[in-house]
Order: sequence, then C-alpha cells, then structure tokens
Amino acid sequence: MSDTAAPRARMILPRPLIIGGAILLASVVVGLFPALFAPFDPNAFDYGALLQAPSWAHPMGTDNFGRDVLSRVIHAYTIDMQIAVFATIVPFVFGTIIGALVGYAGGWAEALFGRIVDAVITFPFLVLVIAIVSVLGPGLVNMYIAVGVVGWVFYARIIAAEIKVQKRLDYADAGRAMGYTHLRIIFRHLLPNAITPAIVYWMTDMALAILLGSSLGYLGLGAQPPAAEWGVQIADGKNFMATAWWISVFPGLAIVLTGLGFSLTGDGLAEVLRTKR
Amino acid sequence: MQLASFIARRILQLIPTLLFILIVVFALVRLLPGDPASAMLGDRALDADVERINRELGLDRPLPVQFAVFARSVATGDLGDSITLKLPVTELIATRLPITILLTLMAALIAVVFAVPLAFVAATRRGRMADSAVRGAFQVGLSMPVFYLGLILLTVFGARLRWFPVGGYGDGFLEHLHHLFLPALTLALSLSAILMRNLRAAIIEVIDAEYVQFARAKGLRPRLVLLRHVLRNALISTVALFGLSIGTLLSGAVITETVFAIPGAGRLMVDSIYARDYPVVQGLTIALAVLVSLTFLLTDLVQAWLDPRVAR
Amino acid sequence: MTDAMLEVRNLTTTFGHGRLTAVNDVSFTVRPGEVLGLVGESGSGKSVTLRSIMRLTPESGAVAGQVLWRGRDVLKMTASDLRRVRGGQISMIFQEPMTALNPVLPVFVQIEENLRAHTDLDRGARAARARELMDLVGIPDAARRLREYPHQFSGGMRQRVMIAIGLASNPKLLLADEPTTALDVTIQDQILKLILDLRDQLAMSVVLVTHDLGVVAATCDRMAVMYAGRIVETGTVAQVFAQPNHAYTRGLLGSVPHAGTERSMLLSIEGTPPPLGALPAGCAFHPRCDFATAPCRTTLPVLEDIAPDRSVACFNRAAVLAAGSPI
Repeated sequence: MSDTAAPRARMILPRPLIIGGAILLASVVVGLFPALFAPFDPNAFDYGALLQAPSWAHPMGTDNFGRDVLSRVIHAYTIDMQIAVFATIVPFVFGTIIGALVGYAGGWAEALFGRIVDAVITFPFLVLVIAIVSVLGPGLVNMYIAVGVVGWVFYARIIAAEIKVQKRLDYADAGRAMGYTHLRIIFRHLLPNAITPAIVYWMTDMALAILLGSSLGYLGLGAQPPAAEWGVQIADGKNFMATAWWISVFPGLAIVLTGLGFSLTGDGLAEVLRTKR
Repeated sequence: MQLASFIARRILQLIPTLLFILIVVFALVRLLPGDPASAMLGDRALDADVERINRELGLDRPLPVQFAVFARSVATGDLGDSITLKLPVTELIATRLPITILLTLMAALIAVVFAVPLAFVAATRRGRMADSAVRGAFQVGLSMPVFYLGLILLTVFGARLRWFPVGGYGDGFLEHLHHLFLPALTLALSLSAILMRNLRAAIIEVIDAEYVQFARAKGLRPRLVLLRHVLRNALISTVALFGLSIGTLLSGAVITETVFAIPGAGRLMVDSIYARDYPVVQGLTIALAVLVSLTFLLTDLVQAWLDPRVAR
Repeated sequence: MTDAMLEVRNLTTTFGHGRLTAVNDVSFTVRPGEVLGLVGESGSGKSVTLRSIMRLTPESGAVAGQVLWRGRDVLKMTASDLRRVRGGQISMIFQEPMTALNPVLPVFVQIEENLRAHTDLDRGARAARARELMDLVGIPDAARRLREYPHQFSGGMRQRVMIAIGLASNPKLLLADEPTTALDVTIQDQILKLILDLRDQLAMSVVLVTHDLGVVAATCDRMAVMYAGRIVETGTVAQVFAQPNHAYTRGLLGSVPHAGTERSMLLSIEGTPPPLGALPAGCAFHPRCDFATAPCRTTLPVLEDIAPDRSVACFNRAAVLAAGSPI
C-alpha cells in the first residue's frame, strides 16, 4: 500500500521553520545592533532607581545597582549569540573534515575513531568542559577551547556515517573512474550530499551551546561580570528572587526563547530535508 | 550460555575504556597550557613554591613515569589529597558521590514517570491537540537551563510555599528524599523531554509493525498488545538513549547541586574549581567517568535482556 | 448461498477520507472446508480485503459493507465480540514471518498468549498444547524450540511457527496473506502442503491470498481474481484455468510458466496496475488490455453471474473466451 498521493507542486515551508527562523533572525539583528533597541546603557549604575519593579520606564525593572534589566537582556544577545556561533563553528568545521576523512578511509582509522567516540562520551560533557576551564582559567575563550576539544566528535560521527553511505553510491565510483583525487571526491562530491544531518545537528548544538555558556556564566566560569550575559544576570539576581524576581526571570526567558528558536529551526529544517530526499 | 558470554565480553571491554579515561585525565592536567602549580597558587606565586608543588606532585619526572605512578596510585584507590580540605580525595568522593548518585537516580525515575505515559498519549493521538500540547511543552523544557528552572522551583515551592527545604541534604533517608525532590525534578525535566521525544517516535514506528497487527489478529486485549508488543519493543532504543543521557544528567547534577546547595560530588567539583584544588577535580573527573561507563555497561545488559538479538 | 461460513458483501475500504479506494464493492463467500484463492498483482487490494475482514486496517482506513461470519456482521461487532472472533474463530497469518513475529518474545509466549485469550486451559495444559501445536506444524524438538526466539528459526520454520500460533485456538477459518511468498520454492511447497493437511485435519476453511497462480492451482478449490480493488472474475480453479473469461485473468494465466519450468512473478502483462488514487475511467484494466473496445474506456463493467459460482466483469468476454486459455 504505497502512498500514491500526487507530489506537491511547491514546497511549503513547515511552520516550525518559519517561527524558529523568525526568532533567530530577530535574535541576530538584536545581537548585532543592541544599542538600537536598548533604552539605557546596560552597565550604567543608577542609585536613584535600585531594585525597581517593571514599569513603563523600566519594562523589565532594574537590578540592585539600578541597571536597566531590559537593556542588559538586549545587550546580552551580543554575547550569547556569539557563544552559540563561536562555540560550535570550530567543532562543526573540524569535525566535518575529520568525519569525512574517517568515513572515506574506513578500516583502522574508523576503528580508532570509534574508540575515541566511546571514550569521549564516558565523560559528562559539562564536567569535562569545566575541568578544562579550571585548568585554563575562567573566560569565554577558554570555554570555546574546552568545547572545541570535545564537540568535534559529535559532528565527525554524524558525517562519517553519512559519507560511508554516500561512498557506496555509483557517482563516487564514477569519480574514481574519472581519475579524481581522493580529496576532490570527498570534498567536492561526497560531502555536499552528506552534510545535511550535520547542519540539522548544528542547530541543536547552538541551542546547547547557549545553555552551556549561560550555565558557565552562572557558575562564574564563563563570561565574567559585569558583562551582560544571561547566565551572569541570573546569577546576579539569584539572591533577590524573593524580592526582585525580575532580575533573573527575564534573562531566563530570553534563553528559553532563543533555545526554542534554534530547536524549532532544526526541527523544521530536518522536516524539509527529509521530504526533499 | 550466550548471555553469559556477552556479559563477560562486555565487562572485558571496560578495561580499555578505564585506561583511556586515565589517559585523558592525565593528559588534560599535564598537557594543556598553564601548569597546575601556578594555577593553584595564582599569578603571584613564588618560583620556589611552584617548584615545591611540582615536586610534591611528581611533575618534575618524565611523562611516562608520571603516568605509571599516576595509574598505579589510582588503581590502588589513592587519588591524592585535597589541597584545601586536607583530606584524601577518595574519602571525599566516598562521602559526596552517593548523594549525587541518589539525586541522579531520583531524577531518572521522575523523568521516566513523566516521559512514558506522555509519549504514549502523544504517539497514539498523533497530530492531534494532546500530541501538539505535549510536544510543545517539552520543546520549551528542552530550551530551559537547569539552573534557571531550579532557581524558579526553589523560589516558588521552597521559599514561597515552603513545601520543600530551600537547600541542603537533611538527616536520615526520608529527609534526604524530601531535600532532593525539587533538585531531582529540576534535573528530570530535560531528560524526560529527550526520552519523551525518542519514545514517541519509537512507539509510532512500532505501532504499525506487522507483529503488532498480528498480535491484534490474535484477539488479544488492547492493553496487552500495547504493553507487551508495542511498549516493550519501543523501549529498546529508548533504554539505549537513557544510558547515553546519564552523562548529561551528571552534568546537570553539577549545576543543580550548586543551585540547591546540596553537598554532593557536583558541588564539590565546582567548589574545587573555584579553589583550584586540582587533585579533587582530577579525582572527581575520574570517578564520574567511571560511573558513566558502569552505567553504559548496565544499559547494555538491560538491552540484552529486552532484546535477545543483542546478545549474539 | 446459505451454507456459507463467511459471506463478504459489498466490502469497500477507503483511505484518507475517501480519497483512495483500496477495496471496491467486493463480495464473495467461503464455505466450510474449502480453500478460496484471492489472486491479483500487488496493489490489487487483496491484502487489504483480508485485513478489512478482520478490521485490521490502519486508523485512516474506513470499511463499509458487510462481513457476515456465521450470520453476524464482524464490522458491527463490539470490541469484546470482535476479540473473540479474532484469533479464536478466524485466524490470520502474514506474508513475512520475520516481521510478523515479535522479535523480542520467545515463541512460547507468542503461542501461549493466544491460548490464554481464547481457551480456559490452565498453565500446564497451555504448555502441553503449545508442544502439541509445534508437533502438528512439523517443528521437531518442540520443548526446546518453544523457548527460542524468532531469529533463531529458519524462514520455513518461522512460517510454521506463525501457522502454529494461528491454529492455537482451533479456528474455523484461516486467512493466509501470501504465506509462501517470502520462502524458497521447495519450502513453499512444504508450507502449502501443511496448510492443506491442516485444513483436512481441523476441518477449517482457508482464504489464500496470493499473486502466484501456480499456488492457486496447487491448493485452491475456487478462486477470485482482483484488479484495482475489484473482483473481475470468480469460479472454480478448473473452470477459470480452462476458460478464462476476463482479459486480465487470461493475461495472468499467460504469465505462468508451463510445467517443468520454475514459477516466477507475474510479469508478462504490459505495463503496471494504475495507482488507486488515479484509476482510469471505465474498466480499470483497459489501458493494458488487448481486447479493449470503446465501452471499456467509458463504462465500468459489472460483475455478472454467468453460471452458478461463476462470474465475470468484462464487456468482451466472448472475444476473450474465443481466444482460449493460454495454458
């Protein structure tokens, strides 16, 4: 009983992709030009307006230094979107290259790689990252290094599996018959057909990177105060939760919203790519 | 028997894994830029102090020798002494890790209790309101940072409503459970979202399988079809994912314990990092990695029991 | 017609809110002890017909018409009555025993749950009955093999296991959906012979769905040929093979290799069956038919009785008849 419905004439974008894409686009714009949207200087103290509840002047209230929470949330987009990209781009590129080579070579390279994957997943990711950060010292750059040391494995695993499938298809043989070099076959012919699942995973990974970045910020191991970063802001407000909840609650909502943007985009993208096959 | 030899083989596989864990931890501390001694003592350390610490830690000897010494002491249960707490690291782990394990177990239980019925509801009402609602709620759950959720639960159910203590661990087992409930709930949310998503997909895949049709054709009660034929098969992949998620759960425990001030291994880890107490960080990293690989072993055994085709 | 065990009347099964009609106005009867062959290419609706009888179509399917089992309409039964019929009085076995047996349960559990649902046997009696069933379907070393899992059996043995499960509660009707298609030729014959033997021993009727006319010739008493969801010709096997009245039946017969050569898939009719969502007007077979005339392209031929137990839906049956059987 095969589905004999007529093929759709035009691709309709799935709703998750539209909503997620819109959230991400807005996040990027705000992150690039925070000053256009923020009503106040995010780091300006105002001792005349400490711990004020949300109002027309301060829609998200002020913190214990009188800083405008909304402005800080907006400026944090710059750092947190940066974390999403910077913490993932190196693993993405590096993992893709390694994965393509490993998947194409097979044999002992694949066996060795399998062992590395097994080993890496036995370390709780965050534990490993904070262990590395503890050696290198707190800060965003060290966090990127720590994530990079571990994160490439996941991309490489995805790509290697895809390349293995692609390698067996006819056109790879055709390439070999034409006398192309291995590298040309891998990167010009196989990789473009193998990369889509890695791109979908990249979306999830960027959401995870924001969670990780803000977690480290909260623990004092990521972005350093007084930087406006959502995790740092939540940590700043944690002792005021009973009296001035807005200091922590609004940055958290920004994290949830951005994370939602990434995962909806990932889901929608997966759907588009699945139907395209 | 097949199963017995499978278990034996699987336990043998642990040995290279454990060795690799040691190598990674060893390399981590010794090969990354920045030496442990100055990391411990801070930037204004005197050269003499740095040298003394290096000697104490055996860092002035060749790397292979260092590793052999390191591996032997770990194997004999000697993880060195904590610099700040002046206690053997093994002893610290022995008192703190059980708390983390209890927390993780509670969280895993809560996650399963949420995920299984909701996955069923979502899968059997695919595409309808209940499905969309469950999936939407969990999409949000996945985007929610553990420390943020913890802070909110702590404020609402701890500080405001006073249903639960606002931190600590309490005395006696029942008190432990009471203290750990909110943290476990916090920790459970994202895991249950992941499990729910996977189980929903697995149920959808299984529910139209021929053997489920065949079970219906036998005239079995729907409940029996669902439990014995659908759920049992769908759980196989979910159990694998559950095992793989244990690392994420422990990562989350580090943060949760910090938020809720629980004196577990995670809290110890963060405190030790602040204090640059690197023998403790090293020992805990090893302990947690071993814990994870033991969980993987357990997962494989459960899978072999659920699916006789695994143990071949 | 009153001696029928199963009487299917105007069975129509649609999917996707009526967009696809997989089974269209199908009627036939099954009498005690007889083997009825339901023949057609894949996609002709024969499997869906079987599943519709058991109300096993997917949720998106809607089944209309009547399925009278000993005079009661299966399609209108309550859930608990339906459960009593399913597996207890009517059993069904599937094409692919590898996928139709639950991979993670020992064979014993899969037999025993049937006995539990339909008999009052106690634990010990169920175990004894399970061993007896294994003997009945010709699986040696029953006690040990009952503890094994489906993947530990060979293809033919697996199909025997499925038959044992189907027969557990002494059904009066066995619905067999291509029970031999997935098997080697030599094993096919063993399984067919087993089904026939069991039919005799247990005095049950069988509906055998197949695309293989060789199987029909070897096992069936009567046959019904399906095309694009409709029955196009019925009759005894001898009648239909000797004098096909429908161009499609004739084409099918032409594709059966003659004695001595190996059986193969039905390939000799030009083209492929039309998709169920886009059936041509008139007779659905006309685009592939050598005998097609003007009325075939506009008007749907109805199934007409031409003799007792013999019916056909073809405007040009005289021409087809004159062309003779290709066998």
